[in-house]
Amino acid sequence: MGGVHPEENKISSDAAIEQFPLPKQVVVLMNQHLGAPATPAVAVGDKVKVGQLIGRAEAFMCANVHSPVSGTVKKIDACKDAFGLAKPAIYIDVEGDEWEESIDRTPDIKRECNLEPKQIVEKLKEMGIVGLGGATFPAHIKYSIPEGKKAEYLIINAVECEPYLTSDNRAMLELAEQCCIGISILRKALGVPNAYIGIENNKPRAIAHMKEVASKFEGIIVEPLKVKYPQGAEKQLINAITGRRVPSGKLPIDVGCVVSNVGTTFAVYEAIQKNKPLIENILTVTGKKLPSQHNYQVRIGISYNDIIQHAMGELPATTGKVISGGPMMGKAISNLNGPTVKGASSVLVIDEGEATRAQETNCIRCGKCVGACPMGLQPYLFSALVKNRRFEEAGANNILDCIECGCCFFSCPANKPLLDEIRLGKNKMRAIMAAKRK
Amino acid sequence: MKLLNVSGSPHVHSDESTKKIMWRVNLALVPAFLVSIAYFGINALLVSLIAVAACVLFQWLIEKFIMKVPTNIDDGSAVVTGLLLSFNVPATQDMMWLVILGALVAIGIGKMSFGGLGKNPFNPALVGRVFLLISFPVQMTTWPTPSGKFFGNFACNDVVTGATPLGLIKEGGAEALPQVWDLLIGHMGGSLGEVSAIAILIGAIYLLCTHTISWHIPVTFIGTSFLAAFILALADPAWNTTGMCAGEFALNQILMGGIMLGACFMATDMVTSPMAKTGQLVFGFGCGLLTIIIRRWGAYPEGVSFAILLMNSITPLLNRWFQPKRFAC
Amino acid sequence: MTIKLILLAVLVLGATGAIFAVVLYFVAQKFKVIEDPLIDEIAEVLPGANCGGCGKAGCRALAEAFVKQGNMDGLKCAPGGDAVAQKVAELLGVSAEASDPMVAVLRCNGSCGNAPAKTHFDGMHDCHYANSVYGGESGCLFGCLGFGNCVSVCQFGALSIDEKTGLPVVDEEKCTACGACVKECPRMLLELRKKGRNNRRVYVACRNKEKGAEARKACSAACIGCGKCAKVCPFNAITVENNLAYIDFNLCKACRKCVTECPTGAIHDVNFPTPAIKPTAKPAAPAPAAAAKPAAPAAEAPKVEVPAQPVTPAPEPVKKDQQ
Repeated sequence: MGGVHPEENKISSDAAIEQFPLPKQVVVLMNQHLGAPATPAVAVGDKVKVGQLIGRAEAFMCANVHSPVSGTVKKIDACKDAFGLAKPAIYIDVEGDEWEESIDRTPDIKRECNLEPKQIVEKLKEMGIVGLGGATFPAHIKYSIPEGKKAEYLIINAVECEPYLTSDNRAMLELAEQCCIGISILRKALGVPNAYIGIENNKPRAIAHMKEVASKFEGIIVEPLKVKYPQGAEKQLINAITGRRVPSGKLPIDVGCVVSNVGTTFAVYEAIQKNKPLIENILTVTGKKLPSQHNYQVRIGISYNDIIQHAMGELPATTGKVISGGPMMGKAISNLNGPTVKGASSVLVIDEGEATRAQETNCIRCGKCVGACPMGLQPYLFSALVKNRRFEEAGANNILDCIECGCCFFSCPANKPLLDEIRLGKNKMRAIMAAKRK
Repeated sequence: MKLLNVSGSPHVHSDESTKKIMWRVNLALVPAFLVSIAYFGINALLVSLIAVAACVLFQWLIEKFIMKVPTNIDDGSAVVTGLLLSFNVPATQDMMWLVILGALVAIGIGKMSFGGLGKNPFNPALVGRVFLLISFPVQMTTWPTPSGKFFGNFACNDVVTGATPLGLIKEGGAEALPQVWDLLIGHMGGSLGEVSAIAILIGAIYLLCTHTISWHIPVTFIGTSFLAAFILALADPAWNTTGMCAGEFALNQILMGGIMLGACFMATDMVTSPMAKTGQLVFGFGCGLLTIIIRRWGAYPEGVSFAILLMNSITPLLNRWFQPKRFAC
Repeated sequence: MTIKLILLAVLVLGATGAIFAVVLYFVAQKFKVIEDPLIDEIAEVLPGANCGGCGKAGCRALAEAFVKQGNMDGLKCAPGGDAVAQKVAELLGVSAEASDPMVAVLRCNGSCGNAPAKTHFDGMHDCHYANSVYGGESGCLFGCLGFGNCVSVCQFGALSIDEKTGLPVVDEEKCTACGACVKECPRMLLELRKKGRNNRRVYVACRNKEKGAEARKACSAACIGCGKCAKVCPFNAITVENNLAYIDFNLCKACRKCVTECPTGAIHDVNFPTPAIKPTAKPAAPAPAAAAKPAAPAAEAPKVEVPAQPVTPAPEPVKKDQQ
């Protein structure tokens, strides 16, 4: 149902993963995950090692934060993130690269895992693992199946339907075995018979390689999927693989599914088998006008400016927009001094011409947004209702079902900022619902 | 360096725009336009040009001096309206001034009074056409007979008038009916742009291939007309004065008059047709059924314009009734 | 024959009319809404703009609330002012308290000059939306976004966006202090403040709660929370909390000591005939110093002023809110 076909532009898919050099200073945000910020566990002047716990998860919806570098804590203060919003952060001056002793840094692949499911989840929590697909949902919560519910499917999201992004593709090509071990661990944690890896057909090499590696593992099935945006959206992926549909306002676990990004499985492997907390991401640095394309393994807390400087010196003169994430769902960076966080998947540089929105004109009721909406909603209707401040009516038309994939705005010939309007409507609707609950 | 842009996602856009859609429709109308010039000569050319010029001018004047908004005549929508309006009138010298009046009604009342492109409930070209038909019935039903040979009719004055095939059926003059082949290439009396089914279909296929229109409305419109005509011809032999078998009669029905033009270009007008595919199916069905009903029982021999306008009027309802199926129920 | 027809028509229509009249009478009786006539009377007195400033759905809803409550406690029609309050009080049979006239004031001076844009916002022009997705073009998390939601909610045409500064301007003649803009602004930049004597008032035109250095990074006219104003204020009207000064308009006597003291010009004075003058430190050279000094704070303070301000001290107070 619905969907669009944006230009794929996977121009960085041949760039092998490189280790990104250490900067002089990192800024580690205390909320790099969905939920409450972690509480700083170090004081100014403390010496920290790589992998040391520096932010403790105290709230329920929270994840531990570990130091990505070794050095001295310079200050603990608010920092404006890449989107210009102030967040609590720890500033660390980098000194050397000294790791915690418990972390296994050998390149050997460790296959056996003797932990019990409970212990696995406990360790995920300890290591601060979050979902790397974009929402940065704390993994230990996702893998603690609530009472009365049962996981039947583990689905690994390796669709990477966003144009430009190639980090998952590279992870599958270079780290397939580790990912499969991670998948086996997650399968064990959930106690499900099979894990399904969904990969879009436009990555034939990754499909072939994953199939080959997965054949050595028990219960890992690779599912090639039709190329269509948003094939990798959680609800669409579950539907494509299991035929089930997540009802409105429910979570995947309500239909017996748990979905994890393929990048997360690598992080799980490292956390469980190597005791390495989540301090690194694979990050695509790409753009049509860039001299070279890169896939980096980057420590969290490095500023976007540092990444840009290392990758290309400075931004091309005609740059219109720098995006963290893909062009369909990523967020435009307004503050290049902001640090990277867990779950950052790319630095995408888009040219002026493409980045500037065209003049909005009248809706011609062509219905392209209706046809494109993968959730079967009517974006044009939301647009009109939100403009007239009729938020409750928009709510009655299920505005909260929207997954913000952007297909409506992408396809609109009148260039109406449909998704902007829908986001505003969703915010207002949530506020109305919260007020009603009180 | 320039300031970085910041906005919500998505950050890329398909290369579709309203302007492109409208100009594609214009391009799709070209084959039918050429055929009309071939059959009706310079009259057809002049009527069309006058209609287009009048529509564009009226839109510009209204936007500039009455609505006081930035003018956007370059979006091509006024040209579409002008072309479609001229396609729906006979290519006679009378029409050269009447069509200006039609353009005023089409653009002024049919479109701009509702707020311009995208806000009109009725297809503006049809509003203009029906206005002319009701106000000037004689001029609007004086049909030039196409010349026998291509481009053989380039003098401005000597127009032989005759009846349209539908008129012949209504009045029982079946022996003068054109053959199916004539209907396909457009060798029959009728409005300027509606005569050649093949030319219209070429345009429609272009629009379908470029995803400008979807198949739902044209197929259901034409299919319903065919079936309704077929069933009626069987059930009510009095209507079928031609002596053809019911199938051939029904085929003649959909090739005669404005069904092809209406189904491919006017019922598919995005602004006035439903958005959801199911709604479009119902819309096409209603158009087809109403057309045949008007042809059979109505006072006019032709009912496409009225059928589409009637269905236009229930489009908001269809939008409400036939909402797309939600993914997450 | 004709007469018979006419008679018949008259009879039929007459009878139908009579039957309907009876039916309607009983229906009206059955579904009669018993309503206090006082509601109508009060609704008549109210301005009828349905601005929603009172927190009710409209003027009639306020009238209903007045009647239901029986007094005027907690209910107020700001646009109507004291005149309307007096009339409503008479109708209700209570006494109305006179209230000070209020006016909406924009507590931000992040104009294009003071807080230059560091990014360009290309999304929907709506303050709530912009506020929910990012910090703002200047990088100030507290400043005006400039998309004019306040302008569109104002029922009285009292707000407009100044093209030059990009900030909304309150026309204090038209502002009725209904509070619609106060409620609309996602950053709570608009505040209802007392109009003050001769319409003269002093306020902090900033809401930035970041530390001084951060605040100054985004905007040169930001309040940096230095606290100088609070020290100099003889009436204890100024409090500094979260790196932000606030002037209590109930205590402020508009002496303007704080205005000259403020290092960033974040404190605004409006409708004073002359610019605020810093008390001269050196009495030795009175004439040239006095002439030169006023220019300095004036240039430093709001850059987007009514141009007449420093040059000719007008005898009449300047009517327009300078902000």
